[in-house]
Amino acid sequence: MADESARRAVSQIPLLKTHAGPRDRALWPQRLKEEYQSLIRSVEQNKHEDNDWFRLESNPDGTRWTGTCWFIHELLRYEFRLEFDIPVTYPDTAPEVAVPELDGKTAKMYRGGRICLTDHFKPLWARNAPRFGLAHLMALGLAPWLAVEIPDLISKGHVVHRERPREEAQ
Amino acid sequence: MATVEELKLRVRELENELIKCKQQQHNCAVEDAHSQALYRPKIDKMSAEVVDSNPYSRLMALKRMGIVDDYEKIRTFTVAVVGVGGVGSVTAEMLTRCGIGKLLLFDYDKVELANMNRLFFQPHQAGLSKVEAAEHTLRNINPDVSFETHNYNITTMDNFTHFMDRISHGGLEEGKPVDLILSCVDNFEARMAINTACNELGQIWMESGVSENAVSGHIQLIIPGETACFACAPPLVVAANIDEKTLKKDGVCAASLPTTMGVVAGILVQNVLKYLLKFGSVSYYLGYNAMQDFFPTMTMKPNPQCNDRYCRVQQEEYKKKEAEQPKVEVVQEEEEIVHENNEWGIELVSEVTDKELEAASGTVPDLPEGITVAYTIPAEDPVGGEIVEETERSLEDLMAQMKKM
Ligand SMILES: [Zn+2]
Repeated sequence: MADESARRAVSQIPLLKTHAGPRDRALWPQRLKEEYQSLIRSVEQNKHEDNDWFRLESNPDGTRWTGTCWFIHELLRYEFRLEFDIPVTYPDTAPEVAVPELDGKTAKMYRGGRICLTDHFKPLWARNAPRFGLAHLMALGLAPWLAVEIPDLISKGHVVHRERPREEAQ
Repeated sequence: MATVEELKLRVRELENELIKCKQQQHNCAVEDAHSQALYRPKIDKMSAEVVDSNPYSRLMALKRMGIVDDYEKIRTFTVAVVGVGGVGSVTAEMLTRCGIGKLLLFDYDKVELANMNRLFFQPHQAGLSKVEAAEHTLRNINPDVSFETHNYNITTMDNFTHFMDRISHGGLEEGKPVDLILSCVDNFEARMAINTACNELGQIWMESGVSENAVSGHIQLIIPGETACFACAPPLVVAANIDEKTLKKDGVCAASLPTTMGVVAGILVQNVLKYLLKFGSVSYYLGYNAMQDFFPTMTMKPNPQCNDRYCRVQQEEYKKKEAEQPKVEVVQEEEEIVHENNEWGIELVSEVTDKELEAASGTVPDLPEGITVAYTIPAEDPVGGEIVEETERSLEDLMAQMKKM
């Protein structure tokens, strides 16, 4: 995980200040604002570096998140839906990101399509709680997982490109 | 065009459905035909009489032999089992056979054919919710036990509130709290959620776990304020003395063995019985290293700087209670860590091998041989960097901006 590009990606994501989970009615809205600020900056940065790869949005109280992530492999774009709930113990524990459509296709997943994070992720998250937010989860949790798993799933034929690549489809 | 893989998957799904249909038919037929013969009637009072029709005679013999003072008391207790997987299902079965008063079962998962390397569930139950399937089997084993099942994930907001309510009011006598919660979950988030609930409610619980490499496990008794809670230190692990370099984790998340899970369920329920029925000595932490057959034990004091606010509150309460205790000569249960002799030649193996992470390590708590922490937390902030700035913008505004991107 700790390669140079991941380290750089993380250093560009603003850290969060408010230590509050969804049960903290008074402070959670403030934390949620920080999450959105951090996510917006992260997406802007990714676009700037020509590495735009995910979108996320939440329900109004910020406890359920859905979105998409995509991965370019051999010039083809593969897109996946992603979802997760904010656990009551957030931000001390990270949410479990799920990519439901890949459920059952790889052993690097728990039931329900929850991705299996590396041994490094949990210590890293614990050490940086509560300053890491959802943007960090994307960069340190989901991105490395996709980078390893998707090419493998494509090579095994478990993930097949649905249409022609976007550029041609235009 | 469906791929071969998709078709295979579909075939499996249909096979499962067929099995379930057959099972339902079978169950109906069986229930109609011999319900009388199959199900024993409820038993009002546990008897020690040794006749082949008495399911409690061998348990009541514990009393005759002087091991347990009052075995019948088991029927007055309520235990909540959170997570009805490889450990939780066996735990629930043992408690059911022991004649526990009431069991509350929590799990959001379904039975899968991929679980069949574990004990308890059977292939024909695939697709059913674990709590529902478990209740059905357990009720048949012992109709004297009361059951309450909840098919949900306790870590999300609404479910967590409900979970807190049920553990504080779901006792055998409705409105009373449960006597003990057993954590048999397989993930950190759920353990932390149980820890949060128990610290807030001052609820005594036992934690259990099996490592992802399937060759070690542990149980831990947590008395809020009196012993370390789950958040007091980084997760403890029983060092399995496996060279990390030879441990191949590529391609799989977790392995599991019915043996290790059965052993952990066994030592967990043993501890429960000793705790509830007051016999023997109750373990605060008991590890199981299956590679060397080594069982490290210890007790751990709570951390005064624990991240969990309610843990700190409970610690204060406990201190006050202790101070009020009249100073009789109490044989003070030594809280200090028991150092086992390391006769097995087991070395402390750090689960974190990444040099970079080691460099940023914090101090390792004083632990006996064979037990270590999954990772450490350094005292100072490891990652510096920019912090989100103050903003006048509203949440709705930010949400709308994100949506437009
Ligand atoms: Zn604590």
